[in-house]
Amino acid sequence: MSTTTVLKPVSLQGARLPKWAPWGVAVTAVAVAVAAGLAFGLHSRVQWGLIAAVLFVLGTFALSAKVEGRRQAKDRVATSLVWVAFLLAVVPLLSLVWETAVRGVKVLDGYFLTHSMGVVADAEPGGGIYHAILGTAQQVGLATLIAAPVGVLTAIYLVEYGRGALARAVTFFVDVMTGIPSIVAGLFILSLMLMLDLQPFGFAGSLALAILMLPVVVRSTEEMLKLVPNELREASLALGVPRWRTILKVVLPTAVGGITTGVMLAIARIAGESAPVLLLVFGNNFINANPFEGAQASLPLYIYQQYINSAGSTAAYDRAWAAALTLIAFVMILNLVARGIARWKTPR
Amino acid sequence: MAKRIDVSGLSAFYGAHKAIEDISMTIEPRSVTAFIGPSGCGKSTFLRTLNRMHEVVPGGRVEGKVMLDDEDLYGPGIDPVSVRREVGMVFQRPNPFPTMSIYDNVAAGLRLNGSYKKSELDGVVEQSLRGANLWNEVKDRLNKPGSGLSGGQQQRLCIARATAVQPKVLLMDEPCSALDPISTLAIEDLIGELKEQYTIVIVTHNMQQAARVSDRTAFFNLEAIGRPGKLIEIDETERIFSNPSVQDTEDYISGRFG
Amino acid sequence: MDISTRKPQAGDDDTVSAGAATTPAPSDPGPDGKPAPTSGAPRTARGTTRRGDRVFLGLSRGSGILLLAVMAAIAVFLSYRAALAISKDQGNFLTTFEWDPNSTEPVFGIAVLAFGTVVSSVIAMVIAVPVAVAIALFLTHYAPRRLSGPIAYVVDLLAAVPSIVYGLWGALVLVPHMNGLFSWLNEYLGWTGLFSWQGGPARSMLTVGILLAIMILPVITNVSREVFRQVPKAHEEAALALGATRWEVIRMSVLPFGRSGVISASMLGLGRALGETMAVATVLSPTFDIQASLLDPGGGTFAQNIASKFGEANEQGRDALIASGLVLFVITLLVNGAARVIIARRKEYSGANA
Repeated sequence: MSTTTVLKPVSLQGARLPKWAPWGVAVTAVAVAVAAGLAFGLHSRVQWGLIAAVLFVLGTFALSAKVEGRRQAKDRVATSLVWVAFLLAVVPLLSLVWETAVRGVKVLDGYFLTHSMGVVADAEPGGGIYHAILGTAQQVGLATLIAAPVGVLTAIYLVEYGRGALARAVTFFVDVMTGIPSIVAGLFILSLMLMLDLQPFGFAGSLALAILMLPVVVRSTEEMLKLVPNELREASLALGVPRWRTILKVVLPTAVGGITTGVMLAIARIAGESAPVLLLVFGNNFINANPFEGAQASLPLYIYQQYINSAGSTAAYDRAWAAALTLIAFVMILNLVARGIARWKTPR
Repeated sequence: MAKRIDVSGLSAFYGAHKAIEDISMTIEPRSVTAFIGPSGCGKSTFLRTLNRMHEVVPGGRVEGKVMLDDEDLYGPGIDPVSVRREVGMVFQRPNPFPTMSIYDNVAAGLRLNGSYKKSELDGVVEQSLRGANLWNEVKDRLNKPGSGLSGGQQQRLCIARATAVQPKVLLMDEPCSALDPISTLAIEDLIGELKEQYTIVIVTHNMQQAARVSDRTAFFNLEAIGRPGKLIEIDETERIFSNPSVQDTEDYISGRFG
Repeated sequence: MDISTRKPQAGDDDTVSAGAATTPAPSDPGPDGKPAPTSGAPRTARGTTRRGDRVFLGLSRGSGILLLAVMAAIAVFLSYRAALAISKDQGNFLTTFEWDPNSTEPVFGIAVLAFGTVVSSVIAMVIAVPVAVAIALFLTHYAPRRLSGPIAYVVDLLAAVPSIVYGLWGALVLVPHMNGLFSWLNEYLGWTGLFSWQGGPARSMLTVGILLAIMILPVITNVSREVFRQVPKAHEEAALALGATRWEVIRMSVLPFGRSGVISASMLGLGRALGETMAVATVLSPTFDIQASLLDPGGGTFAQNIASKFGEANEQGRDALIASGLVLFVITLLVNGAARVIIARRKEYSGANA
């Protein structure tokens, strides 16, 4: 078999840039960017960073193309672009966490956590978020009481019983529900309140939050139930255990870790929702411990109102940051615990 | 075209774990060399050190020398990408690119290495598919996805893809283990033809296959689980299967362990 | 939808009747999941089975039906209130550049809101998708393994940061930092009109777009990373063995495999961006007009407008806001539907069986 060779000859010896080359290019790029920034009097550090990034990518390409060839050059540019993208994205996300932490600790103390705003004027220092924490806890708690059982039962229906048109419809609409913007859920409950001529109260917010929470719970529970091996169900059924006891005693206990995780992640998600709360719960500077009557406060809503009503008062901004830090801490702890449970109790 | 491989003192590691230890052997050009041995003895790992695929695995590391004619694959200034271009590989499970057509699969390697005219590409694709005994079966559906072929056809497509860039050496990692007997036979016939042009190294679990297709056979073994694998002996296939010089080899071949 | 393939056979529970010898198990109880006639209809088969089973099935099916009822109610009530509002609208609901629904002669339209929503989301997507894909590739293919695990975890957590915190950060940290970029854009690209800037605070569509991009970045990254991680090793090794560089491996095997996943991830992010309320409401300084410049403050989005105008709205005004919310709802439904169609089509084509 003689072959007509159309291939260019290859050498195993590829000229390679030394290992330190990317660092060298990076340092040079930064140096040139700083020099250019100073020379042209560019004030924004962001601008310097961008110039450095562009120089780095171009420099890498030029150098590599000259020494190593176009294919290697492309590979190196891809590598540096990926790194640059990562670093660019890290900056704002780190800044978010950092700024919240630093600005948040200013007024965050025991007093802040245990007192309400009461009669403290928006622009004045003082006051706290006790009323908001209370409101959020009640609203989220009530929403969970509605959404968790309904969601878990719906998932049980889909996995253990569901077939046919009804199950397909439910599956489809769970997907649709996942995409509902939170403000739309709020508007829905608002439309009910308009018809019944109701004033804002905590439980109305809970209903909207439950709508947002429901599809998340259904999805995660469904995933977890599907992980339970069928052999377990069959073993139980073969012992003469009725289906419902099999589900309660065998299937759910096996999946309980995952389901708990899913519910907790869903709680973390709705705890930070402010849009529906704004429409339905309205906000309140005083403590209102009754979620079924009268406007309540809520932590995310508190942050928004401190920001928007304060007309630039530092005291209000400080309170907003402190509340934001509290909220983030709550959400993160919930996330961490939920993930811990998931790792500890996954059905295998 | 085909080149000789000379391995000396080669060890391979996964992180801290030593997978194979101190292997030296010569692999002759234009012949088929088979690697046999029990599971976990490091024959696949060794195969992957021959085209520097081993270091793709996180923590993968190699010590020793692999000479391809007179170039050390692990020498300074050697580009692993060019090594893999020179030493092609066929895997255990057929793995055509699922989103590419049959034609594009075969042409994939060429397109990486520069731009070719359509007519040149057409020529190489046809030649490679003919070389893989696949041309007659697919010539009417070159633009269909490669994943639509049967397992045996897919594996031959992968062989065509590997030979399209005209490597000097072709490594085969249990190429028939996922195939039915008829497809296996087709691949074995193909290996017999390909050795006219290439240096072929094949890892196999199937000793009959080693006896059928190879000229020389290397037997690998490990002392215990967790210990590195070693080369026990390498010799003419006939001798290994009739009168091996090491007792372990005979035990393995006669089915007393492994 | 592979639910049906994983579940026990229908009637498993009936084949072994626990101590209920007097009620012989029916030979064909019919599939459990068939929407049961809720009343009246003869159900001799079911009627004789255990009470516990009936109650439990009833509860779980009832939950499913409740969910459907809620969805139906959302559609019906929003449409009803929206219809009330639109019937009183003196302007054209789709084209009017005004939002004055509270007076006795209400005039309002969604043109400005639709424009602003689309523009801010498009900016967000243009920034976020490439960066998110790059980060996902970074985590799966570039970062040292010791780094990529923790970073992925942190990105996961960032996806859970409440939007109001992003809003606060955007308004108080991001906005002041945009001035440099804005004056630079204005200086060099101002002639395009898109990037002209009169020097007001940077509470504009571009800032909103950037903030939205930062917000949806973790979401898109997470999903894309999952998809890239699932690329079969065999495909990547096939490319490597042909002598492909790392980037070529990604081009040949990772990106084609992950494309539909990235699209669905992006759509998920787009859905978030379209419906985002608080972050936009805190950052944007809204006006009710459409302007060419992305840098000058102004414009508005559906969700932001609802949050901002809600406080001053009377019942009629709230209905008008509900009408605009309905439009937002329909848009997000269309986006999600489109994502699903794209994914379904890609699946058919790739037919990956390796």
